[in-house]
Amino acid sequence: MTRFQKKLWIGLLVMALLTPLGILIPEKFRAEGAWGEWRIDKLGRLLGYVPEGLKKFADFWKAPIPGYNFNGEGASTTLQVISYIASGLLGVGVCAFIVFIISRFMAKHGK
Amino acid sequence: MHIPDGYLGPQTYIPLYGVSLGFWAIAEKKLKKQLSLKHVPYLAMAAAFSFLLQMFNIPIPGGTTGHAVGAGIIAILLGPWTAVLAVSVVLIIQALLFGDGGITAIGANCFNMAVVMPFVSYWIFKLVKGKSVSGVRLAVAAFLAGYLSLVVAALFAAVEFGIQPLIATGANGMPLYAPYPLSVAVPAMVLEHLFPFGIVEGLATMVLLKYFLKHEPDLVYAVSDLPKNR
Repeated sequence: MTRFQKKLWIGLLVMALLTPLGILIPEKFRAEGAWGEWRIDKLGRLLGYVPEGLKKFADFWKAPIPGYNFNGEGASTTLQVISYIASGLLGVGVCAFIVFIISRFMAKHGK
Repeated sequence: MHIPDGYLGPQTYIPLYGVSLGFWAIAEKKLKKQLSLKHVPYLAMAAAFSFLLQMFNIPIPGGTTGHAVGAGIIAILLGPWTAVLAVSVVLIIQALLFGDGGITAIGANCFNMAVVMPFVSYWIFKLVKGKSVSGVRLAVAAFLAGYLSLVVAALFAAVEFGIQPLIATGANGMPLYAPYPLSVAVPAMVLEHLFPFGIVEGLATMVLLKYFLKHEPDLVYAVSDLPKNR
């Protein structure tokens, strides 16, 4: 690893430690989720009904760590911050590893 | 703009899976030909960067949140086909592990953020940069590339949402999937990405390009007009 690459990885690590800002600041400003990404209960409140097809498919996938949160909705802010950082590190590890393997394989026959 | 499961009907998500698969196949061909070993660590870092950047939700006070994606700068630094690969992997992991974006919508989300966005960014950057090597012109080109590519990606997502009530209604005439028409979805998505989310994407693109040009200028795909090593 070159010195420059080491520096970039350190930058990414710092970024990972700062990710909780991405949940704390929106909370402070009372901003909720993204447009078009409402869960069905919220959508039901907005619309007064839940579209049939949407209801059928909305929850068919159970992600192991929904919402980058290990501890569920009711978790304390501290736990949410910790699991957000942990999710960030896990996500970085998994994504970087997969992309590394794929691109390493594709570049194999190159220069 | 991570479209969840249930918001797009099969008439939309199946074709978009097809489109994304097509782009992945081309990306594989291109990268097999062009990718050099020295870029491999940077691809891994690009994916890491995009994943983390997307965790920084930006609030609209009392309203929604959104975030930058990073696909714009990845396309400029490492090339648009590289960005297709790196950002697609990020989006797929987000959906599978974290429930961010639907499984049925992986094709759509990858098309919007990992195909449309990198290419729009790359083209805008090249167009605005022209033959210039001046720092200011490059900075403006980078900002606009990041900024507009996020807005265009949001527009694509908005159109996918907005056409649902037109193409899929139940027996009672009610929408089956995403309920809001184009006239609601497009302004909602485009405006919030014009301000503030796109600004963050533009600034990130500009600052990172400047950083790379200073420290590792040979690496930057979009400013080397030499075809070698790519």
